[in-house]
Amino acid sequence: MKNFSSLSEIKASLKTGTLSCATLVEHYLKNIEEHKHLNAFLEVYTEEARLQAQRVDEKLRLGTAGRLAGLVVGLKDVLCLQDKGLQASSKILDGFISQFTGTAVQRLLDEDAIIIGRQNCDEFAMGSSNENSAFGPVRNAADPDRVPGGSSGGSAVAVQADLCQVSLGTDTGGSVRQPAAFTGLVGFKPSYGRISRWGLLAYASSFDVIGIFAKSIEDCALVLEVMAGPDEYDSTATQLEVPAYTQKLDRGNAKYKVAYIKNTLESEGLSAAVKQRTVEKLRWLEEQGHTVEAVDFPLLDYMLPTYYILTTAEASSNLSRFDGVRYGYRSPNADSLESMYKLTRSEGFGAEVKRRIMLGTFVLSASYYDAYYTKAQKVRRLIKEATQALLGTYDFLVMPTTPTTAFKLGEHTEDPLEMYLADIFTVHANLCGIPAISLPNGTDSSGLPVGIQIVADLYQEDKLLAFSQYLQGAAT
Amino acid sequence: MLSEDLKNKYTVVIGLEVHAQLLTESKMFASDAVAYGETPNKNISVITLAHPGTLPRINKRAVEFAIRMGIACRSQISRYNIFDRKNYFYPDLPKGYQLTQDRTPICKGGAVTVKTSEGARAIVLNRVHLEEDAGKSLHLAGEADTLVDFNRAGTPLIEIVTEPVIRNADEASSFLTEVRKLVRYLDICDGNMEEGSLRCDVNISLMPAGSTVFGKKVEVKNLNSFSNVRRAIEFETERQATMLERGEAVASETRTFDANTGTTAAMRTKEELNDYRYFPEPDLSPLIVSEEWLQRIEAQMPSLPEELYQRFTAEYGLSDYDAQVLTDSKGIALYFQEICSKTQNYKAAANWMNGPIKGSMNERSIEIEDFPLAPEQIAALIALVDSEKVSFSVASQRIYPLLLQNPKLTPLAIAERENLVQESNQDALLPIIQEVITENPAKVAEYRKGRKGIIGMFMGEVMKKSRGKADPKVANKLLQQALEQ
Repeated sequence: MKNFSSLSEIKASLKTGTLSCATLVEHYLKNIEEHKHLNAFLEVYTEEARLQAQRVDEKLRLGTAGRLAGLVVGLKDVLCLQDKGLQASSKILDGFISQFTGTAVQRLLDEDAIIIGRQNCDEFAMGSSNENSAFGPVRNAADPDRVPGGSSGGSAVAVQADLCQVSLGTDTGGSVRQPAAFTGLVGFKPSYGRISRWGLLAYASSFDVIGIFAKSIEDCALVLEVMAGPDEYDSTATQLEVPAYTQKLDRGNAKYKVAYIKNTLESEGLSAAVKQRTVEKLRWLEEQGHTVEAVDFPLLDYMLPTYYILTTAEASSNLSRFDGVRYGYRSPNADSLESMYKLTRSEGFGAEVKRRIMLGTFVLSASYYDAYYTKAQKVRRLIKEATQALLGTYDFLVMPTTPTTAFKLGEHTEDPLEMYLADIFTVHANLCGIPAISLPNGTDSSGLPVGIQIVADLYQEDKLLAFSQYLQGAAT
Repeated sequence: MLSEDLKNKYTVVIGLEVHAQLLTESKMFASDAVAYGETPNKNISVITLAHPGTLPRINKRAVEFAIRMGIACRSQISRYNIFDRKNYFYPDLPKGYQLTQDRTPICKGGAVTVKTSEGARAIVLNRVHLEEDAGKSLHLAGEADTLVDFNRAGTPLIEIVTEPVIRNADEASSFLTEVRKLVRYLDICDGNMEEGSLRCDVNISLMPAGSTVFGKKVEVKNLNSFSNVRRAIEFETERQATMLERGEAVASETRTFDANTGTTAAMRTKEELNDYRYFPEPDLSPLIVSEEWLQRIEAQMPSLPEELYQRFTAEYGLSDYDAQVLTDSKGIALYFQEICSKTQNYKAAANWMNGPIKGSMNERSIEIEDFPLAPEQIAALIALVDSEKVSFSVASQRIYPLLLQNPKLTPLAIAERENLVQESNQDALLPIIQEVITENPAKVAEYRKGRKGIIGMFMGEVMKKSRGKADPKVANKLLQQALEQ
């Protein structure tokens, strides 16, 4: 079966009768089976997907099918689906079954999407290579010796290898965009609060947002349109009305003002190939009559530290509930309340998660709170203000998604700081809560995908998607 | 006991932290029911159990209740509220943090006026803030494991924190009494200390009299009754004074009160050295209290004891004592008001409340809410007495008990049925009086010689013959006339 580039292609085939949801699901199930070595899925919902496919086929026949009929979706293992396992790729949630379905996923189901399984990721969404999973690393389909990026690595590879049409990941500091860049996909992170977080297992609450892996901008726009909008279960979700993104993908003849941050292209760790692809794209934009200007952003060096202080602070508290008392893993070796806590958490969490819990606990502790947490909050505000000012002048910021293309498994596992640098360009959008997207931008000399990142102002997903559609059109 | 000398040597500085469980139908951040005494782990949900992927949702009703308290105490109401996480591990704390308000309490400042032996005194509040309760660990006999009941987890609380301005156990007790009265009047908490819906922690320190530098503060927890608060304060005052006298340093620590021994003991240092790592709850957007919302809450404020006290003394002309007694409980005050809306004889209404009605309530151990007679019935009794159809004693001793048994009848109907309407008709009374005079010639002679006091004996006879129905005033007048003849 062909690798469909968008849901509209699938729908066209469904309409002519050359395809049914049932056969489509079988196609993905077969692909999943054949790509088990990539370790993208933790659990495949074979029977449920088949049943749902039958139901949707029936609805199609009756003409009552929803907008996502024919869309087969995979979920990162941090998104709640009722009566299904939820583990965030961690031992500490061994055997945990979610008792409810999150808002975003429910909205997909309400429009007749088919959920095919849950996907491997870095434990508690902490990582940039998907090597921090209790279930082993995910491998990049472009080169199985290389990482797919993280933390939503399984979700990226699932779309990359055509194991499903769209995946939902989560993006706290780049966890959708970075793996999208490493796997040659569209990876979209909406504005903070655009999609309800009800049913999203929290890593860092003021950063987390559900993101989309897709092969096309139109799939991104449609899935966003369905999932976005106010939710009584999430007070941090915006009350703003959701634009009809799918109707706004045509930019017309708009001429844009685009900025790139000078230091990003001069940063030390930036690989030559990624730099070249980025420069080429900027040049192309200029040739098309758009304004492209280099700007200074002196706060660039503060982004990663600010990001790590605040996300680990929130994570240290968010992960306190995993204590062995009510659900999940409890150490069998404990003989007192205190040892139950200590052993459960020592045995249940992986090294990177423990590192971040300790870091977060430290920055929130009474003696260091002001020096770290308070200061980082201030810097976050400064970064937001400076970015807002930039986006008041320019329509978009353009930069590489990642400093390099996909690296080898084990290449950065020795030095966490080196690994953290993989997020250097992506944390910016999360610090500001603004929308950003990673688009495929050619390959390097080894044929590995390169990504380019576009960042827009708060809640300007419509504008960002239209621009992305335009860039994608140019690429093909 | 502490000697007077020692008492005068030190100034006791006390601050109270009172937790009041709010009477909302659902929890502070979830829609599960709030109910005392349920089967364990019945009122729980994925939010209460802190399942991954859940988020808190603010209960607006709880916010309104807290604001009511703030308005009643004349606090400043915060318009911009954030919640904070207080992080610590305990099995009854599902999220591993408690949601509370650290930096932006919903109510700032204000005061609660208490009556002390030296007159009224305003106990200044530091704050009233909102937070959620924890669950309960159960150590059952014969059960090796500790079990946890999460029914209470997430129950909305307000914490009322005073400034360190309370000076002794009496004041602390008066403050608690006033707070309990207030929360009951406001309908925001049932004020039941035994069930734990009102709980109190005491902060107490001693400093040399005249000093302005506070001594080391000791926090006493686990006080579940007014008398325990009093006992803990007295014990701590003595303990700290004795230590200071010996030249020992009082440690700043948290102690628990043991109700069996009446003493306090230090908690393990580990337990008190918690660094709670407060930080703003990122899972909730800021709670804004709009002008419109605040005005709506103000408009719906129930009457407060102070207002009713003013009305009862100024408008109804009651004594301070009567007004005080009648406003002690909201139910009594409202019932009394109801009577007063049906009669003008407020003093009589107060007498009925403080006499027969309270008597029946005590006898039956019931609250006014369960009292069988409607305020209209009491007003009708008052009217019956005022119209001189029956005397107060007949009304209270004969009619009232029958009315309690037949709450559907009117007092007049009972008076008539029982033939109790008193005789003030001269034509009916004169023959009886004549009879009494005729039957007691010796006594009449004595009276006429000047022993006026024995008229009481004649009245008694008249009342007996009229079977209590004679209007005493009229009968007395007629009797006098007959004897003087």
